[in-house]
Amino acid sequence: MKRKLITLGRIIHTGVVNFMRNVTLGVAAIAVMIVTLTIVLFSVIANASFTNTIAQITDKIDVSVFLTDQTTDVQGQKLADAVKKLPEVKSVQYLNKAAALKAYERQNAGNAQLLAAISATNNPIPATIHIKPYDLNKINDIKNFLTTPNNQALQIKGSPSYSGSRKAVIDKITHATNVLREIGIISVIVFAIICALIIFNTIQMAIFNRRDEIQIMRLLGASTSYIRGPFIVESVIYGILAALASVFIINSAFVAASSSLQATSLGLFDIGYANSYFDQHFLELLAMQVAIGIIIGTASSAIATRRYLKFRTK
Amino acid sequence: MILLDRVSKSYGKGNSGIAPSLDRISLHVEPKEFVIVVGQSGAGKTTLLKLLTREERPTSGKIIIGGIDYDKLKDKDIPLLRRKIGVVFQDFKLLPNKTVFENVAFALEIVGVSNKEIKHTVPKVLDIVNLKGKEDRMPRELSGGERQRVAIARAIVRQPRILIADEPTGNLDPKHAWDVIKVLEKINRYGTTVLLTTHNQEIVNKLKRRVVTLQHGKIASDKANAEYEV
Repeated sequence: MKRKLITLGRIIHTGVVNFMRNVTLGVAAIAVMIVTLTIVLFSVIANASFTNTIAQITDKIDVSVFLTDQTTDVQGQKLADAVKKLPEVKSVQYLNKAAALKAYERQNAGNAQLLAAISATNNPIPATIHIKPYDLNKINDIKNFLTTPNNQALQIKGSPSYSGSRKAVIDKITHATNVLREIGIISVIVFAIICALIIFNTIQMAIFNRRDEIQIMRLLGASTSYIRGPFIVESVIYGILAALASVFIINSAFVAASSSLQATSLGLFDIGYANSYFDQHFLELLAMQVAIGIIIGTASSAIATRRYLKFRTK
Repeated sequence: MILLDRVSKSYGKGNSGIAPSLDRISLHVEPKEFVIVVGQSGAGKTTLLKLLTREERPTSGKIIIGGIDYDKLKDKDIPLLRRKIGVVFQDFKLLPNKTVFENVAFALEIVGVSNKEIKHTVPKVLDIVNLKGKEDRMPRELSGGERQRVAIARAIVRQPRILIADEPTGNLDPKHAWDVIKVLEKINRYGTTVLLTTHNQEIVNKLKRRVVTLQHGKIASDKANAEYEV
């Protein structure tokens, strides 16, 4: 056990020393890793910001179902209960005619003329069911349920309706954010592959530069892990440095955006929210970046050393 | 200690017409023996040593060293085998960017020996090969004979039971060659089995040890207290 710890310490030490000796060789690998990890970090923060923007808009959207005067309270409540059971539905509020009138009066408390007109007649406000969906994309499922002949028969003409007429706009926003997410994911994958290939190449060159030393180590009985270990440590250092640099770059970008642009949002991207998300989740994001950097570094150097440091006898 | 039973090694495939480098060689070396293997270039000396260090596999035959049956040896266990055998090469194979001390210590570092133990052991071994006081020199600052003695120190620092020396005097002048041979004799007296390959007739004749002569991949003679007769 003690020997294993000593060996592990030596592997790490050799990796650090080799990294410092070959820092020029590693510059390209670190640079492309910084680009990759910066895209990863930006994608994560942008995704959180888009999700927040959509959630805010979604929260203001509901589906309103207006019931005919012939529909009884029992029928209305029953329909509301059935809607509540739909998986797409977040919340349901049933207002009978009296409650709907009260709500209308509350909403229009400042408009005495309108209130007078309402009170003069025999309550024209229909019983209403307000439905909030979880996901805007699922709103059609709710609509399909409400427009079945049995359910439609309980409603007045023009029901169900969406509050506001922003569905089309929201659909566009949702579509745009989905496209941006996909672009983010594809960019991350493409850059991660480029990054892995460059690290692979760097390690291959490092192995070539040290081929005599490696041969001597083998002849002296060094284990394969003792020979491979320092190369992997070297790549892990690339990953850690690139992770720290990517966090620094994103942080600087937020500082620059909020001070020099003096803007709180860039289209869908809410800079204010993104900045606070970055601050609140700083440690998690930093850990995530370091972990991704280590994974990319370890995986590519492990493949490179496995390929070029095979222990084979003829 | 070393047992080879009808070992052959050929590099050609099938009936390629290329003569085998080693052809059904059988050899038995007792513990603490000092055996010299002689033969002209291409006789199969280097192939024999490469088989012993498992740099290469035999085409047929059995090899057992220090109780380890090579047929049962997996690739992953080769490092463990090499730790039990000390090897000295004609071209020294020292690490040029490490000092004498570091080169010798390197053999201990790769097997996880502590720094304290390394500091204790390496000077003793450098003393055995008469390199005391040259610990901090770089290999380029040493003569050929001194470099070869560093290589010997590195080979014996883990106290192997077998030391294989492949033409260790090949690149040295007579004086330095004798320095190296004296060190090998000293190590043999301490109980290490030594297998030495050489071209040097004078050394073979003066040592008066067991001499195995290889010719065209076969053992032409195997005599105790013998002289060079290629």
